[in-house]
Amino acid sequence: MKSSRKPPVFIHNLNVKVHKIFKKPLTGDYAFKLLAATFASIIFLILGLMIYELIKGSQLSLQRFGIEFLIGTKWDPAISQVFGVLPLILGTLVTSAIALLIGVPISLCIGLALSEYAPKRFGFAISFLVELLAAVPSVIYGLWGIFTLIPFLRNNVYAYLQGILGFIPLFSGPIYGGGVLTGGIILAIMIIPTVSAVSRDVFSAVPNTQREAMISLGATKWETAKNVISYARSGVIGAIILGLGRAVGETMAITMVIGNKFQLLPSSLFDAWYTMSAIIANEFTEATYGLYVSALIEVGLVLFFVALIINVLARLVVWRSLKLVRGIARE
Amino acid sequence: MASYKMRKIKDRFMRILVWLALLMALIPLFSILGEVVLKGASSINLNFLTQPTPTVGEAGGGVANAMQGTLLAVGLASLIGVPIGLMSGIFLSEYSETKLSPAVRFFNDVLNGFPSIVIGIFGYTIIVLSIGFSVIAAAFALAIIMIPIVTRTTEEALKLVPATVREAAIALGVPRWKTIVSVVFSGAKKGIATGILLSLARIAGESAPVLVTMGYWRWWFAGLDKPVANLALNIYIFAISPFENWQALAWGSALVLVTLILGTSVIVRIFTREKY
Repeated sequence: MKSSRKPPVFIHNLNVKVHKIFKKPLTGDYAFKLLAATFASIIFLILGLMIYELIKGSQLSLQRFGIEFLIGTKWDPAISQVFGVLPLILGTLVTSAIALLIGVPISLCIGLALSEYAPKRFGFAISFLVELLAAVPSVIYGLWGIFTLIPFLRNNVYAYLQGILGFIPLFSGPIYGGGVLTGGIILAIMIIPTVSAVSRDVFSAVPNTQREAMISLGATKWETAKNVISYARSGVIGAIILGLGRAVGETMAITMVIGNKFQLLPSSLFDAWYTMSAIIANEFTEATYGLYVSALIEVGLVLFFVALIINVLARLVVWRSLKLVRGIARE
Repeated sequence: MASYKMRKIKDRFMRILVWLALLMALIPLFSILGEVVLKGASSINLNFLTQPTPTVGEAGGGVANAMQGTLLAVGLASLIGVPIGLMSGIFLSEYSETKLSPAVRFFNDVLNGFPSIVIGIFGYTIIVLSIGFSVIAAAFALAIIMIPIVTRTTEEALKLVPATVREAAIALGVPRWKTIVSVVFSGAKKGIATGILLSLARIAGESAPVLVTMGYWRWWFAGLDKPVANLALNIYIFAISPFENWQALAWGSALVLVTLILGTSVIVRIFTREKY
């Protein structure tokens, strides 16, 4: 059936133009697909612009310090205006490492509990509670950290820990409450939902034949579970890297409990320190001159690349290993 | 191989350990909820809900301006974030055969795991440097945080619509785009709304990007090129302040925020239970 009305001239012209560029007529279908593709491509624009803007914003500091910025150990905005971030990088790495040390074993156990041990219905309820832990905003973790976690650790845990392990320099020195270990602990709590959700998904994706084979050979539940872990090990590595990504980028909670003291190395695990994200949160609005702001933006640039590498790596590992596309997004 | 008895003991031990780990992870959740409700409830009253932030040393006051500001920033952010996220989600689900879609999906996931403070700095360099600390800059940063979440949940919701529905519509001669917009989309309405709600809850709780793009603001809304107050950021500023009145306000704000965010999660979970 042909419509008797001709389309308006401008639509006709547009159609000819589109036809010339894409070698296809501009039907409703094609136009809609083009529209969706355009919107979807905005993500590339965002990431590209982000790199460009961060490099542009840190120009001053890049030119002034060059590589010195990464290996410098002095952060003196007030007098000599010298900026070096090595201590911040160390602070970020160490607190994240503590978070992984504490958080990963617990998360793997939760993943196992949900996929192997718990009855289905009960497992749903528990998964939901663990997901709620991920929904709590970072700043509320910080608030809770200041008023609940720090007093608790200071009064009940740290003194005790020092009593037993005090002969090791790591556990000696004055106890303030906030500090490196507290920062690591709060990060551990915050990465548990991510790591346990992904590991639950990779464990659940292990084919049942694996379990059946183990059980038929007379293996106990735990031996079966061990086999499940080793079958899903690359997915577990992906989960850990995702957790690392979250720990590295975490800002508010760590800023509120780590003590924010710029020094190359803390004297002990109870001492205050600084991280890359914490210095941005703490000093950005107080930065008074161009070079200072530029240095802080460069810290952001370093953080950008660290996060980019970690995230790309994590997705590749998890995707490749088990093609588990669904679970990863639900953080 | 160890003796049967040893293996049995080890099995028991690990079973207990696994459940203990689960318990340990849930303690912080219950502690946070308990503290927030206990300490927050006592500071919530009529003044808290209707008055703006008090000055230092002033008694009373509330967070009404911060609630206004958070609503405004989240609303503006969703104006940018929802359309982009929706269309990207449609693209990923309905045109997954294109070469572009794996790359889009991959970079959406990458952006999803990004530190929010870096996104805040991006908002600073691109908007604050030209028009100053403002609610627009904050909304921009929050929108970027929102996009990957909406994209992902929209894609998942659309994929739950059975292929037979699409085939039926196309067999009736409905063009593909109309099939997507009117048939597939309406079938996935609930899932999509869920995703948008969750993303709104997430950005309502973001404070790091807000700090970098807007800073602390004590007054009511004064124009789109000016900052507004923000609940999440208020919690940070009040919590690290030495004033007891402000700290009480921080707990009250935390209660409001937690109710909002966890309430959304719970409601969403109840309504979409059959899907998970």
